[in-house]
Amino acid sequence: MAYTFDWKLVLSGEYGDWIVQGLTITLKISALAIFFSLVLGTLIAVLRLTRIKPLVWFSAAFTEFFRNTPLLVQIFFWYFGSYSILPEFVNKWLYRQDFEFAAGVIALTVYTSAFIAEDIRSGIFAIPKTQIEASRATGLSFLQSMRFVILPQAFRIIIPPLISQFLNVVKNSSLVMTIGVMDLTYMTRQIESYTFHGFEAFTVATLIYLAISLVVSLSVNIYNKRVLKLIPY
Amino acid sequence: MHWNVIANNLTYFLIGAYPHGELGGLAMTILMALGGIFGAFWLGLVFGLMRLSKKRWLNLPALVYIEIIRGTPLLMLIFWFYFLAPVLWGRSLPGHQSALISLIVFTSAYIAEIVRAGVLALPKGQMEAARGTGLSRMRAMRHVILPQALFNMIPSFVNQFVSLTKDTSLAFIIGVNELTKAATQVNNRTMDAPTEIYITIALLYFVICYVLTSLSRRLEKKIMRYQARQR
Repeated sequence: MAYTFDWKLVLSGEYGDWIVQGLTITLKISALAIFFSLVLGTLIAVLRLTRIKPLVWFSAAFTEFFRNTPLLVQIFFWYFGSYSILPEFVNKWLYRQDFEFAAGVIALTVYTSAFIAEDIRSGIFAIPKTQIEASRATGLSFLQSMRFVILPQAFRIIIPPLISQFLNVVKNSSLVMTIGVMDLTYMTRQIESYTFHGFEAFTVATLIYLAISLVVSLSVNIYNKRVLKLIPY
Repeated sequence: MHWNVIANNLTYFLIGAYPHGELGGLAMTILMALGGIFGAFWLGLVFGLMRLSKKRWLNLPALVYIEIIRGTPLLMLIFWFYFLAPVLWGRSLPGHQSALISLIVFTSAYIAEIVRAGVLALPKGQMEAARGTGLSRMRAMRHVILPQALFNMIPSFVNQFVSLTKDTSLAFIIGVNELTKAATQVNNRTMDAPTEIYITIALLYFVICYVLTSLSRRLEKKIMRYQARQR
């Protein structure tokens, strides 16, 4: 049987709208996950650097556990299994939202923040020790010297690895289709099963993912070449 | 809590229905990861070396291959091989085969980058000296550069293997009988212990991946010490 291509089918009309809706959800869930994981990741990284033993252990256990388990299992855990360990009011609040979407954001956030915490930690280690010693000597507290001296320098170094983490979030967000979030991958699957024109749908979705990756990684390369060499260490 | 669900199904999580039925569970996950890394190593080595070549017709296809694969989600790749195999080859592949092919293709792009970075990290003098003794570029690669570079890359390979082990969970989406599928099946059957089931599954993955990650860290330290001694 010869396969006839019908690009118009997926690029316009109802199915075209589906792709646009899917892309919107993908971008939305990625943006939320990136924002929250940046916050959580920084927090976890800073906890690791305090000298308070329980905090250090917590941070180490958090990063090791979430980095070494599959994202898919984590998504299922948050979607199917989180109700019995979360407090009642959190559950109630979550169920009032779009629960699939919320579970997806939580899973992506926790998973990514473990990786981001490691990136930030290595960025902080790349700053010479004298920086924190000097800032502590001027009378800043640990948190203040982190906030005003160390983190601003560390963030400039870790922008490239951070951005590749962000790209991973966009790609990883395709997994939330398994719990019924209607993202780009979900929509292509849907088009495939409605029209049997999977080839066109998958091509369009792949090209969209590729375009996002290539545009962002090209900008990172430019950043690496232009900006990074201006930083003394 | 219903931890007895875990106790009753532990063998199913570990080896599936094996002696009486299909192999599955953790054993299948490990088998897929081993098969995946074996295939991805050779494919990745080829693409990594092509990428390093100075000939445009060799390095350009490798560059395109690596960038396309690394810019696409693994799930998309799995769907490509799963749904399009019938269109392209006229017959459908069983789930575990097409999942394995997708995992190999996906991981090989990352291995190719590791190979490239490993070769570029060697001092330039190595290649020059090898060429100077009269070896061709290919033979210098084969006998001088790669043995050193591949040795230095061992920790990166182990890390890639850890990612691959985690990625095998996606094979569940096209119905392969592995650990995540076992968890979903037991969850659908018992209905009352999702928290316990998914925590157990996560721990099983964690044990494997954490042991390997620690191993790779130890190897990295050892290799660094070894390199420092040489200098």
